[in-house]
Amino acid sequence: MATAAAEARTQPVVIEESLAAKVVRLLAKAPVHLVLIFIGLLWLVPTLGLLFTSLLSPENLTEKGWWQVFAEPSLITFENYRNLVGNEGVVDALVTTAWITVGATILPIIVASLAGYAFAWLEFPGRDWAFLAVVALLLVPVQMALIPIFREYNRFGLYDTIPGLVLFHTAFALPFAIFLLRNFFAGIPKDLMEAARIDGASEIKIFARLILPLGLPAIASLGIFQVLFVWNDLLVGLVLAQDNQPIAPEIASQLRQFGANLEVIAPASFFSAIIPLAIFLAFQRYFVQGLLAGSVK
Amino acid sequence: MAVEERSETGRVTRGREVADIRLERVTKRFDDVVAVDDVSLAIERGSFFALLGPSGCGKTTTLRMIGGFEEPTGGAIFLGDADVTGLPPYKRDVNTVFQSYALFPHLSIFENVAFGLRRRGQRGDPLKRRVEEMLELVALPGLGKRKPGQLSGGQQQRVALARALVNSPQVLLLDEPLGALDLKLRKQMQLELKRIQNDVGITFVHVTHDQEEAMTMADQIAVMNAGRIEQLGSPDELYERPRTAFVASFLGASNLLRGRAAGEGVVRLEDGTEVRVPAAALAGRTGPVAVGIRPEKIRLAAGESNMLEGVIAERSYIGVSTQYIAQTGTGSITVYAQNTDHGPSGLAAGDRVTLSWSPESTFVVDALEEERR
Repeated sequence: MATAAAEARTQPVVIEESLAAKVVRLLAKAPVHLVLIFIGLLWLVPTLGLLFTSLLSPENLTEKGWWQVFAEPSLITFENYRNLVGNEGVVDALVTTAWITVGATILPIIVASLAGYAFAWLEFPGRDWAFLAVVALLLVPVQMALIPIFREYNRFGLYDTIPGLVLFHTAFALPFAIFLLRNFFAGIPKDLMEAARIDGASEIKIFARLILPLGLPAIASLGIFQVLFVWNDLLVGLVLAQDNQPIAPEIASQLRQFGANLEVIAPASFFSAIIPLAIFLAFQRYFVQGLLAGSVK
Repeated sequence: MAVEERSETGRVTRGREVADIRLERVTKRFDDVVAVDDVSLAIERGSFFALLGPSGCGKTTTLRMIGGFEEPTGGAIFLGDADVTGLPPYKRDVNTVFQSYALFPHLSIFENVAFGLRRRGQRGDPLKRRVEEMLELVALPGLGKRKPGQLSGGQQQRVALARALVNSPQVLLLDEPLGALDLKLRKQMQLELKRIQNDVGITFVHVTHDQEEAMTMADQIAVMNAGRIEQLGSPDELYERPRTAFVASFLGASNLLRGRAAGEGVVRLEDGTEVRVPAAALAGRTGPVAVGIRPEKIRLAAGESNMLEGVIAERSYIGVSTQYIAQTGTGSITVYAQNTDHGPSGLAAGDRVTLSWSPESTFVVDALEEERR
């Protein structure tokens, strides 16, 4: 067929590169790579330091620095982690944080994707004004809402509960989430929606079969943002919880109780840092795609 | 339902003039811009109909109103006998091939074609058979597992066609479907579209700005300009007897000479030459008119009853024909001479020449209109 022939012609021509050329090319890029590697290592030092600190026994902690682990690998012990499992405060806080993070990530995604679709593709009176109002809410600082919400939560029995924290994080995530998803969805070609509509697809079907799969990069990066933010939150957990505190305030309170009890703080901090890191690494492909969401098509 | 007769191939027999689509005084206004201005139109069942015009003439808006994507500001649209004005797209027995193809990028070719069937609750073997049948119709069997991004433009075009036809709509709308293809592929797809239309026998309404594309495929063409239909007819009617200066110059090239009507079938040109035209072409016009002749209908010698004297100003040899521009008392006239004999013709720039053409190949349009353009 003529089509096939035309395609064959447009195949890129592969030019063999000589060994010398390869070496020259690598050398030319070497300075850039060296700088990047250096910056990367510099950034890793605190994390590695925390890891090795958490692997030293309490006695060694006061006398030696974590870098001495390299000279004496025998210093490494997993005792701190064993003790951590026995530390009810930290374990409970990790479980609580996990619940809050799951709830406060899924809920805003559901609400914001529905709202984003409506703002992007449904026509209703006052749509653009309503969207503008949502965008304006981006400017409301969390601190401003803490005290009123604290009082309302006491009244409704939401203080110190997981649903209470989920709702708070959801509410403050929504303006940005709706803004991001609406802009991404608006970039999906209108013809696709019309093509589906001719075939009798309802709005719900269009949402589920077209918008969600096509919007996955934006939704995934929104999810990562939200997981990182909620997991690492200190302020909201500190103000709106007491016995059910998430991990960040819990670590802070253990610090207060025992002074410099590094053998608890170090493993707990490392553990709480490694989970969002793992999630980020697992989904970083979407994250990069999603960062461009709504900006460039 | 309208009375209809289907032949063995499912094609509706002609000559019955059963209108499949009817527009009655349809107007569409966007704020203060009139996109479609009081258009009435009937499209015969089973025909290949083209809406032709320059960009911004209202052809796509007309198509979108038939499809239900836009609502007319005034007037009514009928499919068969049913008034569909105000109905959403899926309640009209119509499907569309979009200029962008609008294939679902995350679904396989099979699922793209099956989309409409699934919405109608079809499942399992019948669905599979129907999809494969459609892929065969558009000459893409065995590509069901691929994603749209893995196909070439021409193949994507075929998938879009299969997806639109899978539910056997009464009418298929095509919005500049070949616009994104290169010239060679476009020519091939023109013939292919015509074959598919013959096979399925449903009404195709095709929007294009390419007059050659419209002439190749369509049985009937409506030439649109500034929201109105300038002329509606078969390709040869439009070419041989254009009724307006716009149609005369939009479809092919024309020489338009200003003059005045001077009695039954006679027009006096500005330099005083009298030209004979078919009496019907003058259609009772009086006063200023313009006489039109296609460049290929003019002979570079005496012999026909309409004649003009002139001097060759330019000559360009382009293989199949030679183009001359001759200066005459009423302006410059373009002539295409077929190179049927061996070697170049003897005429060169500066030569005196007599141009002649027959009254039958002469048409008349309003002069005012020609000046306005």
